[in-house]
Amino acid sequence: MKPISLSKYWMYKTVEKKATRDGYGEGLLELGKSNPKVVVLTADVGESTRVLPFQKKYPNRFVECGVAEQNMMGVAAGLALTGKIPFVSSYAVFSPGRNWDQLRVSVCYSKANVKIAGAHTGVSVGPDGATHQALEDMAITRAIPGLVVIAPCDAEETRKCTLAAAAHKGPVYFRFGREKTPVITVKQTPFKIGQANLCREGYDVTIIACGPLLHQTLMAAEMLAEQGIEAEVINSHTIKPLDAKTIVQSVKKTHCAVTVEEHQLMGGLFGAVSECLAKRYPVPVEPIGMPNKFGESGAPDELLAKYGMTKENIVKAALKAINRK
Amino acid sequence: MDLAIRQMEETANLIRQDVIKMIAQAGSGHPAGSLGMADVLTALYFGDEANLDPQKKHNPKRDRVVLSNAHICPVLYSALARRGYFPIKELMTLRRLGSRLQGHSNNHFDIGIETSGGPLSQGISQAVGMAIAGRMDKSPFHVWCLMSDGEFDEGQTWEAFMLAGKLKLGGLTALIDRNRIQISGNTEDVMPLEIFKKKLKAFNWKVIEINGHKMPLIIKAMRRAKNQSKPTAIICHTIPGKGVSFMENKYEWHGKAPNPKEAKQALEELSKL
Repeated sequence: MKPISLSKYWMYKTVEKKATRDGYGEGLLELGKSNPKVVVLTADVGESTRVLPFQKKYPNRFVECGVAEQNMMGVAAGLALTGKIPFVSSYAVFSPGRNWDQLRVSVCYSKANVKIAGAHTGVSVGPDGATHQALEDMAITRAIPGLVVIAPCDAEETRKCTLAAAAHKGPVYFRFGREKTPVITVKQTPFKIGQANLCREGYDVTIIACGPLLHQTLMAAEMLAEQGIEAEVINSHTIKPLDAKTIVQSVKKTHCAVTVEEHQLMGGLFGAVSECLAKRYPVPVEPIGMPNKFGESGAPDELLAKYGMTKENIVKAALKAINRK
Repeated sequence: MDLAIRQMEETANLIRQDVIKMIAQAGSGHPAGSLGMADVLTALYFGDEANLDPQKKHNPKRDRVVLSNAHICPVLYSALARRGYFPIKELMTLRRLGSRLQGHSNNHFDIGIETSGGPLSQGISQAVGMAIAGRMDKSPFHVWCLMSDGEFDEGQTWEAFMLAGKLKLGGLTALIDRNRIQISGNTEDVMPLEIFKKKLKAFNWKVIEINGHKMPLIIKAMRRAKNQSKPTAIICHTIPGKGVSFMENKYEWHGKAPNPKEAKQALEELSKL
């Protein structure tokens, strides 16, 4: 497998920065034009989930549900069972946080073709504090049979993910962040649900990341290279179904792994990768993520540093994993 | 009384007998609400108001029936089977391993069931979604959502009522089983709903109150509901356990199966109606 093409500016300060949620808004606009079945729902957070341009252009395919996420999920199921492709748009702490039962029964058990977009995930949501920083969403969605779970790494990948979700038959949950983060991928970078992307080749350690922390991961790999350690970096944007083939293939070469995610260490990417490797190719795995704590108010960078999700933390975790071989 | 009404009442009684047989055979289930809603289900599937036909179950213009209080699915299964959606003899497989007739109804088996229910109020939200889709497509179908009064304890039910009221979804009717019981007691003791009618009206719904056992009244109310410019709630006052003396108005029979002796007595009483 050859590494995918990335933005040639990704490691420079001049790299374009854009919030992943903006990629969602752009993807929806494209879908509005290309697929008349696509409808959008929100629960009074249209501005911050970036769905207002869609509403403006396609008002008859937009449902403002008010601050009522449980009903919104059920309404989406009803729309899907009548042939629509609804995109449920809210903050992940509320949706799927508050309407998990509706997601489980009305959507997944009923095999309703609903797409759930969870905004404001991770501690990097910042000043709003713990209540609004979704850190458990991947764990609670991953446990539901038949639900696809995706954490795109940048605005461009989120745009592609939005299009891919519409094309996928069946329920899809995908998450994004609030802050502007580096746009690592380019238009030509491939995106296929369930197929991880190799971003950098190496043979000492496999670092598997998802979401915008992929940027810190790539930076960490460069720092490791300065010490003579070659890290292989995998963008596992799809957490479920996990691309076990790509991950196991890499780990067979490196014999140790690090996982990187802006999520609790239980039930997310670390959980998924550990479950996979425990069964197929057990090796030491060191995790980067939220260590069983709630977040708090602060600047995004301060919070990522406090809770151990920086490139320096990733370097340390990689060295630890290598030492445990 | 014309013949059609008389035939429908007889069908409702056969459905009640099915309900007792099915739940007794399964050894678990919810008889009170199932018996209480037999007349409404009969009006829905055997009357002329709803556009439902087992030969056209995939027709995009068919009316949608959503069973929000899916624990009373035995009465739905019996109505569907007697209407020709699947063989009547299959009714006795209720709640068995491998059966298409699950403990709470779902949409996995193409037997005329539109969606899944069980956790209360999930059906009404889905029904609202279906009515919105119908309006977007300018499709003429009507959505009939069967509900229990106990479901109004759930906040989600009121969320759904708010949205349907805001959107003036004339294509939606809720047929509410106002039987005044829930699992652990009478509704007015567990969580009072009165003044129920006024509450629903305040959410911008058209509200019709009827005796849910009088076939001509049910049919008339359904006809009126189809011609509204906003959603309609038909409050069906019913007797839980209707037709079985020892079950009537007893919340203890919300979710308990009759033993063989009780089932025998129930069937004897129903066959004399």
